[in-house]
Amino acid sequence: MTTGHPSQPATQDPGGQSAGGPPAGGRSAGWVAAALRDHDEQTGREEARQERQGSPQPRPGTVREELVLDRIDRARRARPRVKEERITMSHGAGGKATQTLIEAIFLDAFRNPLLEPLEDAARIHVNGARVALTTDSYVVSPLFFPGGDIGDLAVNGTVNDLAVSGAVPLYLSAGFILEEGFPVADLSRIVASMQAAAQRAGVQIVTGDTKVVERGKADGCYINTAGIGVIEREGTLGVAQARPGDAILVSGPIGDHGVTIMLARGELDLEADVISDTAPLNGLICSLLSKTTGVRALRDATRGGVATILNEIATAADVGVLVTEDEIPVRLEVRGASELLGIDPMYVACEGRVVVVVDGDQADQALAAMRAHPQGEQAAIIGRVTAEPPGIVQLKTAFGGTRIVDLLVGDPLPRIC
Amino acid sequence: MRFVDEFRAADKAHALAAKIAALCEPGRQYKLMEVCGGHTHTIYKHGLEDYLPEQITLVHGPGCPVCVIPMGRMDDAIALAAEPDVIMTSFGDMMRVPGSHGSFFDAKARGTDIRMVYSPLDSLKIARKNPGKRVIFMAIGFETTAPSTAMTMLRAAAEGLSNFSIFCNHVTIIPAIKAILDSPDLRLDGFIGPGHVSTVIGCRPYEFIARDYGRPVVVAGFEPLDILQSIYMLMQQLSEGRAEIENQYSRVVPWDGNVVALRAIGETMELRPYFEWRGLGFISHSALKVREKYAQFDAERLFSVPGVRVADPKACQCGEVLKGVLKPWECKVFGTACTPETPIGTCMVSPEGACAAYYNYGRLTRTRVKEATRS
Repeated sequence: MTTGHPSQPATQDPGGQSAGGPPAGGRSAGWVAAALRDHDEQTGREEARQERQGSPQPRPGTVREELVLDRIDRARRARPRVKEERITMSHGAGGKATQTLIEAIFLDAFRNPLLEPLEDAARIHVNGARVALTTDSYVVSPLFFPGGDIGDLAVNGTVNDLAVSGAVPLYLSAGFILEEGFPVADLSRIVASMQAAAQRAGVQIVTGDTKVVERGKADGCYINTAGIGVIEREGTLGVAQARPGDAILVSGPIGDHGVTIMLARGELDLEADVISDTAPLNGLICSLLSKTTGVRALRDATRGGVATILNEIATAADVGVLVTEDEIPVRLEVRGASELLGIDPMYVACEGRVVVVVDGDQADQALAAMRAHPQGEQAAIIGRVTAEPPGIVQLKTAFGGTRIVDLLVGDPLPRIC
Repeated sequence: MRFVDEFRAADKAHALAAKIAALCEPGRQYKLMEVCGGHTHTIYKHGLEDYLPEQITLVHGPGCPVCVIPMGRMDDAIALAAEPDVIMTSFGDMMRVPGSHGSFFDAKARGTDIRMVYSPLDSLKIARKNPGKRVIFMAIGFETTAPSTAMTMLRAAAEGLSNFSIFCNHVTIIPAIKAILDSPDLRLDGFIGPGHVSTVIGCRPYEFIARDYGRPVVVAGFEPLDILQSIYMLMQQLSEGRAEIENQYSRVVPWDGNVVALRAIGETMELRPYFEWRGLGFISHSALKVREKYAQFDAERLFSVPGVRVADPKACQCGEVLKGVLKPWECKVFGTACTPETPIGTCMVSPEGACAAYYNYGRLTRTRVKEATRS
């Protein structure tokens, strides 16, 4: 590289030798050294294994790129480890960092067969009855936004987690963490919308808890809800049930909630006519399940958006997923805002949209059933499950190309250029 | 959506792709570099490479301003953020860039006040609202974002704000391109020129690339059809044996650039003697610093900056990837030790980096993609 004739030495130069020139050497980063050690160990094991098995004969037509892809696949399947010393915002964003945290910390400590599928709700047997149990906490900012508030969210979110497990939601608990100084009028407004949402979904809030923390120790109001429901339907729904040939549907336009929240924070000087999609999905799901027998999995696309759900399907069932950009419903306002911010609606949260995996032969039937319900009027078949390549989600772009849709590490971050 | 969909029409893409394929000489391989990270992003987001014949390879260049910030510089920024009463402000995609002890996100988790902004003017707002705090803006970017930093300093000066400063990491595109051209193992046939940078600097600064190095340049827009058309224009030049500077993005880029923006940069900033680029090393006169006249807004003068250099890890082959010598997957730590979660090298840092884009969107070979998507 050109170094020219610099006239100003750097402020500090631990390994410096070239007088007046740019500093050379310097220290190295400890975490890099650790990552490289892991890498050496792993590739070392790989080489040892190959030695044991005799040097592998490359299949005809196999290129080195394929071997690299296999190596990456193995690295991706390695036991997750939390490398950070402290929790960062990425751990709560629903992407790779969240998954790593759940698997390396929570699942590792609590491991049991009911928790292990990591579905939206646990399915348990109580005296012969099949019951679904779930919990979720709500920390949205702002608390009130176009189309809803933290109260609707807290009820709908838990109702939906039960509904996508194939359960009829029945009873909810509500825990409140309130910040000193929080207006009582706001709290009344929130609980009124919780009650309205509960009535709409046909559930009752039957137990609760309240804690108040000092000013500054919370952001106004946090809510936790837990819920139980009964599973009357035979068979088990789950993303691991997906198989090649299945169709993938979504119940309506995606990304409305996430974009609404981003704009409602008022940091962007952007305005758009868009409201949150928060809604209970149990009615829609009940009607879908009663009219279609071939449903294999249901997921509500919250944090991490539809892209994250599709990746969960691909990973859990070890299948490929291929979706078509042109078929994915996205409102013009959401698309516009996403274009401006440099984010992808596929990763933006919804609060009232379900992703459905259904037997390919029953795709049209499922679509008709969803469209017949007010919550699913804009439902669409967005893609299908393929045999190859396993574990990978691909998108056929509107432009006519193809790309991989991977999990994000954390929140989608706006790009500078 | 108007003004967007027109530039993404698949039928026009098919027509252009056929014209591009027709220009390929049998047996010849073409390597074209898109200099700008924004172009890399477009190429992968829309799957543009599916339209290109096997003979054409796109090489992803050094034009991702987030990626090129060296680890030591990131450490400096985190040290500044940890000074008493400081609020550090930064663009979103800087938040995850690792220094030797983690990123802004990690520093934030340790209690440092670091806030994401969408414009340097947002940092000014924060400074006005918090007179008791010292607000620093982590200024990064090529000539594209330098004018907004310059205008922000001018605004701060006009308002007499005394609690605002910038940590200047602006870099300039021409020395980086020159460094790549001067590399002995260079294997590039032409350049897709950066669009947004050129709205500021215009097309003239690229003339030496055609004149002295005999390589064509087409300044391109950021929609997929813009890029495909630019590739077509480059292929036309190559097939006719021409090496010229052409402007595909004429709806936005004036040939002589934006005089007002250039004046604002010149008023507030000047060239550094040298600056370190992650993956490329030290390049002389490749970055900007705040002029003496605006010293009161220069975080490097107001605070003591550690300035400890962190060497690029030896296992990292970003330099070769940037020069087009290696493809991302040919690097030996690609996808295993170096991933988007724990990026070791510059090319994996931002989604615009060549390796990150390849990892996120392009990991499958074109043949595998074609097989899987055949319906």
